[in-house]
Amino acid sequence: MTTFIATIEHVVKGPVWGCQDCGQCVLHSTGMTCPMNCPKTLRNGPCGGVRENGHCEVKPEMKCVWLKAYDRTQDWPLPSTWKAEYNHLRPPVDNRLKGTSSWKNFFTKRDRWTPPGWKNSTDESIASGVEI
Amino acid sequence: MSTMEHKLTNTNEMVFTAEFHSLDGNGLEKAKKYADRMRGWFDGVNATDNTAAHAHASNVATAIAIKQLGLEPIMQIVCRDKNRLAQQADIMGASMFGVENFVALTGDDVTAGDEPEARRVFDLDGPQLVRLMNTIKRGEYMSGRKIDPAPQMFIGAVENPGAPPFEYRVERVAKKYAAGAKFLQLQICYHQDRLERFCAGVKDAGLAGKIAIIPSVVLVKGPRPLNFMHNSVPGIDVPAEQIARVESASDPAEAAYLQTLEFAQHALLQPGVRGLHITDFRNDETLERLMTDLGRVRQISTTEVKDDHAYSA
Repeated sequence: MTTFIATIEHVVKGPVWGCQDCGQCVLHSTGMTCPMNCPKTLRNGPCGGVRENGHCEVKPEMKCVWLKAYDRTQDWPLPSTWKAEYNHLRPPVDNRLKGTSSWKNFFTKRDRWTPPGWKNSTDESIASGVEI
Repeated sequence: MSTMEHKLTNTNEMVFTAEFHSLDGNGLEKAKKYADRMRGWFDGVNATDNTAAHAHASNVATAIAIKQLGLEPIMQIVCRDKNRLAQQADIMGASMFGVENFVALTGDDVTAGDEPEARRVFDLDGPQLVRLMNTIKRGEYMSGRKIDPAPQMFIGAVENPGAPPFEYRVERVAKKYAAGAKFLQLQICYHQDRLERFCAGVKDAGLAGKIAIIPSVVLVKGPRPLNFMHNSVPGIDVPAEQIARVESASDPAEAAYLQTLEFAQHALLQPGVRGLHITDFRNDETLERLMTDLGRVRQISTTEVKDDHAYSA
């Protein structure tokens, strides 16, 4: 059953979104643009190597995934709760989920697991430090 | 507390940092030569991590060498070459030798280097690496395993004000600040208007005074390195008029120096800017000249080489 769901998900999301089967889908928060298509698989925005024309440092023929994500988040009629998540700090990829169904991982909340050290570093506890 | 952290948190002084040269053969001998040139001018020097995806002596070894030569290292860590386990090991290893300043970078892709066939890692991205550094600073590995005592760390990141999407770069600053970055070394930017917009954006976002912005300038001898950066360094665009200005000058080396000085003075006037980062591709007297023209006075201590952290148990 698990494999069946993963197959269906792959068939649907592969051709449409270029899904790379990371098993922890964040499409809704990235303007329906899969960040795993960034050659550096960056989950938190563009690197500093974006070309003048907005194309990728690694694949000059491709528009930067994060420019696409940014434009779509602004322009597409997506739910505001999804748009609000655009600037969230997405946690590191859990490599154990590669190839599994993110739909299943969403419903079982497995995709919300983060390493304890990551979880304990809340944004608030960090940002309340000494002012520069 | 490192000098940089002290100056940025307890004073209003500007901090000056520089890029240490990459080390290959005769590493320690060359490190000493470079350190002697930089001594007394800088609050921190960057131990780079395989710059432009070319292999060199490691960031950890270089940072320790800088420390032992009496300067304060800022250890760069890129995400391209190592996974999170190795990155944590490098931070802990360097901190054993008294390295305190760390800066997180995504890093150029392997295809920008001379071994483009290598596997790229990018297990973490830049903002995630900042937060990992902060996790260690709090006294935990990513797994939650305790580190006691926690290492003394001052954490920074980088940003490129000169690459699109320009508005979004400021949002990235907010993200890196929230992840724990206290300073931000900027990529070299030959568009003054873009730097102005970036710094104004950081100020408007309420982040000026919370994260120290340190723009970069580079000392070059003539138009060739400008062309090289424009054509070969990802994310750097040098406007044609800036290249022509140096190219058509009767003394290109002097014109290139004056251009760098002008960009340095301009950068230091922007809101939120707390210092300057200098990359020296000239290896001549212009490093001292630039610092002097910027009103700096060299601080040479009586101890020529401090080695109090050299392999102490």
